[in-house]
Amino acid sequence: MSEVIATNQTILVVGGGISGMTAALEAAECGKQVILVEKNPSIGGRVSQLYKYFPKLCHPKCGLEINLKRIKANRNLRVMAMTEVSAISGDAGNYSVTLKTAPRYVNENCTSCGACGDAVEAEFDSEYNYGMNKRKGAYLPFNQAYPERYVLDPAIIGTDDAEKAKAACKYGAIDLDMGESESTITVGAIIWATGWKPYDAGKIQPYGYDRFQNVITSVEFERMLDPHGPTGGKILRPSDGKEAKDVAFIQCAGSRDKNHLAHCSRICCMASLKQTTYLREQYGDDGKGTVYYIDIRAIDRIDDFYQNVQKDPNISFVKSKVASITEDKETGNPVLHGVDTEGYHRYSNPHELVVLAIGMEPSVPAGDFPIEVVLNEEGFVELDEANGAFFAAGCSSDALDVNRAVQSATASALRAIQVVNKVAGAEG
Amino acid sequence: MSDLKIGAYICKGCGLGERLDCDQLATVAQRDGKAQVVQQHDFLCSAEGVKLIQNDIDNEGVNRVVIGACSRRAKTEAFDFQGVNVSRCNLREGVIWVRPDEDDMRETTQEMAEDYIRMGCAEAKHSLIPASAQEKGTDNTVLVVGGGITGMTAALEAAKTGYPVVLVEKTGELGGYVGKMWKDVPMHAPYTDPVDTATAAMAAEIEANSLITVHLNSTISKTSGAPGRFAVDISTESGSTTTINIGAIIQASGATPYDASQLPELGYGKSKDVVDRVELEQLAIAANGGPIKRPSDGKEVKKVTFIQCAGQRSEKEGHLNYCSGDCCLTSIKQAMYFKDQNPDIETEILFDDLRTPGAPGEDFYRSGQDKMVTFRKAVVSEVVGGSNGPVVKFKDKILDEDVEEEADLVVLATGMVANSGVDIDEVPQNEPGEWEVSVDSILNLNYRQGKDLPHLKYGFNDSHFICFPYETRRTGIYTCGPVRRPMDTQQAIDDATGATLKAIQEIENAKVGRAAHPRSGDLSYPIFRKEGCTQCKRCTVECPFGAIDEDEKRFPVFNESRCRRCGTCMGACPVRVISFENYSCDTVGQQLKNVEIPEEWDEKPRILVLACENDAYPALDMGAQQGNHYSQWARIIPVRCLGSVNTIWITDALNSGYDGVILMGCQKGENYQCHFVKGSEMAAVRMSKVDQTLETLNLEKERVETYEVAITDIDRAPGLINDMAETIEKIGLSPFKF
Repeated sequence: MSEVIATNQTILVVGGGISGMTAALEAAECGKQVILVEKNPSIGGRVSQLYKYFPKLCHPKCGLEINLKRIKANRNLRVMAMTEVSAISGDAGNYSVTLKTAPRYVNENCTSCGACGDAVEAEFDSEYNYGMNKRKGAYLPFNQAYPERYVLDPAIIGTDDAEKAKAACKYGAIDLDMGESESTITVGAIIWATGWKPYDAGKIQPYGYDRFQNVITSVEFERMLDPHGPTGGKILRPSDGKEAKDVAFIQCAGSRDKNHLAHCSRICCMASLKQTTYLREQYGDDGKGTVYYIDIRAIDRIDDFYQNVQKDPNISFVKSKVASITEDKETGNPVLHGVDTEGYHRYSNPHELVVLAIGMEPSVPAGDFPIEVVLNEEGFVELDEANGAFFAAGCSSDALDVNRAVQSATASALRAIQVVNKVAGAEG
Repeated sequence: MSDLKIGAYICKGCGLGERLDCDQLATVAQRDGKAQVVQQHDFLCSAEGVKLIQNDIDNEGVNRVVIGACSRRAKTEAFDFQGVNVSRCNLREGVIWVRPDEDDMRETTQEMAEDYIRMGCAEAKHSLIPASAQEKGTDNTVLVVGGGITGMTAALEAAKTGYPVVLVEKTGELGGYVGKMWKDVPMHAPYTDPVDTATAAMAAEIEANSLITVHLNSTISKTSGAPGRFAVDISTESGSTTTINIGAIIQASGATPYDASQLPELGYGKSKDVVDRVELEQLAIAANGGPIKRPSDGKEVKKVTFIQCAGQRSEKEGHLNYCSGDCCLTSIKQAMYFKDQNPDIETEILFDDLRTPGAPGEDFYRSGQDKMVTFRKAVVSEVVGGSNGPVVKFKDKILDEDVEEEADLVVLATGMVANSGVDIDEVPQNEPGEWEVSVDSILNLNYRQGKDLPHLKYGFNDSHFICFPYETRRTGIYTCGPVRRPMDTQQAIDDATGATLKAIQEIENAKVGRAAHPRSGDLSYPIFRKEGCTQCKRCTVECPFGAIDEDEKRFPVFNESRCRRCGTCMGACPVRVISFENYSCDTVGQQLKNVEIPEEWDEKPRILVLACENDAYPALDMGAQQGNHYSQWARIIPVRCLGSVNTIWITDALNSGYDGVILMGCQKGENYQCHFVKGSEMAAVRMSKVDQTLETLNLEKERVETYEVAITDIDRAPGLINDMAETIEKIGLSPFKF
């Protein structure tokens, strides 16, 4: 890897999801030098795994394409994939940051022609599809991946597959001797856009995510709708591969619960409402959706999306925090137990598939920050002077939807610019 | 141009060398494409290959680079040469990946590749190198309209970044809505108690900041110009007007509290003890930390009931059809005014859905519960007068029973209405040469399309985009705060900070004549040839960004730094007097004309596909990556936006013997996905008129199709091409081959 040039007028953005991309681009398009690091082989983050956005039901890949085009065209911005921040020291205007880059085993020569992928045999769980299907040991993370470059799974290094991949590549792009590299750079400000991860559904013991195949998470459900995803765009029950037409959505799965995540994850209500429209898209009048909720938080001017879903006779709403799920052994149907608090009726409702509207947890646990940072009780980064020029963008600052994450990222880019401008001013 | 020198570079990597006759491609580039320099390379995107091209640019004077390799979306950085135009011939994703590797297909596959080389050379030959707009604005000052918390934040943030600020506020003081509150919802952990509002400290900070000039009791009476060179008239109540030069504008005109007198059924106006949320703040300020007294008789309030969603989330006439976003937090905060002063006061919040999202929201809600505020899921039917105070009638949704409850005070959690000025769809602009100030307008733009920013929905000046919330339809003017969408203080502060970045970015763009999003950095700009213009006004009307004005003779006046380079004006122009240096009726027209149209007896149809470069084109690329094949007859040209498609291209294609034409653009209508807002819609309108052309030419209507294609249509998009191939097989070749 070539030497990374950075100075205390450079802005470091950590995380290449929608927030990190936005922050990096907005700063770079103001003429600032930006380094964007992403721990995965491709930038794009969680939005690249979504089928559609609420409330427009448009495709996240459209906005991603624009952002990628902006990144490719901008010479102020440098993207480093498979790179993590291992240490930060210093103060606002002068940070020393240690970056660790994991070996990709594929260099810049890669043309993404796909020959290495064809050559290897071993398969692994696909991270992009949350393990719902397999990918090869030499792979492009997804069809819009950037850098548009293959990556070898470290598990094939030292096996025949690695040699096969190397032999298949005509461009000398496979470098099996690549190792982890470390570099220390100086930057003036840091934008922390490490995003979120889905809460571990297995921890919500009464819902049996780890016991019942037909209880899945909202992020997995989203992958099902991708026509090139693990189920070819069909809503299939993991237990028997049959189409699920009667789907329950359980809100606040892990959220608003002191035993799990104390906060409201904000996006899950709109996400489930959006997902109910997938049922109509797939099955017309034959699909049926039931939303179990505490409050429907279709906040601000997009409340009309909720109003429209309510008008769909095939979608019903039950105000209830589901107490537990059991499984009907014969049908494989999960059975939801609880009390409909509107009038206090007990219910035991079977559904063909249950989607847990899973909560958002900050990706980086409170103890794992490379520098001391002011966090709130839920582990999100506060906007606090004590944080110096370390600014959170997007879901590292709160549970946010895409629109608000972009706002937050754009704001954090300005805050970072203010710091490097000051450095520039001081240095003349 | 005399110094035009085309260099064509053919890559033989990624299977191109095996699948195609690259020597022949080189010959085509030289013979048909008139490339003066032609080179082949086994691995063009390698450092060595790139160096070879750079060397020709530096030493051979090559200034148009034609690359026959992969898609323009791949290896973009490797082939990013400064100071020259680069044309990419998509031989990989556009030819060999979409055709089967079979001997009997070699001929047609080769023909595809040769055509793309001809097209690339034609584009190179007819394009100029963008020199950036002539009109450059150099004003650095940020104008902030509105002195509430949003505008104050924007002003301070801009100043902190080193930009001078002019802050205009219509009232006599800064602070706005938040400034009239007793306390605000907390913005830092712990999110448990109401906090002092930030406005007084901010106002003091603004006053002390030498970069910020404040105009109180002032409004904008005229805004003209463009980013980097706006001229803004600021008028005071007394009638004096100052004109100030401005670089970019932040519109933080906020919202007005909903008029609760429209809610007589909830007792407002009937009982003095039914107040809206603004009045409750006044009562709290009057109490100054002591017991809050009710308006009718000054009795200390012992029981207060809050009614959420008052006049909101309802399709009823006069109600707001949206959720105002912050009322749940506000009512919890106001309930705490009572509880914090005296825990024995009964405070009840009647809600439908309690909306306190995120970590701060949920913490604050929990704090309300800890303070024993009662929350009841209820539907309120009416508020009537009782013997000791207003009586709230509601259905308790949990207990499933009808309840009547008397309170000392009822607070209606009313919503907010955007101060977004005049609706330009309703209020026409004055004719050129005439000018009248509108007192209802916020910006009083003298733009031909109207005085304010277009409204999106429910009167908000919001962007339609999820990924790009700041992309308003007027370049260099950014809305933030509740004029954009309902929001709470914390969001408004973030929003204002983000909008400030965009304003500053646009100031920097304007200085160098660079385009803003989504064609960020584009230096091309519309060139207008006045002779030939028929003053038809289509360009002025159709420009999605209001970039074009009219002079008194009705000739268009282009404001380059308002332009987003989509080319909708170029597509609209019936006499083709609008073009960009590197994107014009010629650059596309010559590409399609340089495709070899086989003689009729060859039975080789040609299908022209004009595809949106952001969605349909990538969809075809990704389809190719996936192994999807499509017809060997297709020739695809990416366009900036379907709105830029001039019908001359369709007519030219049909006249020169193409058998079918397909247009692929983005979804139009309410949930439009076109990043140039109206492009695909304008194209659809124009294409509806192409039918007449087809009729005159005596051609079947099926030969021209317009489709909405999403970036995810990676199977469907190639399928549409194949459908056209089938149609042509059915209806036969075009009779226009010669």
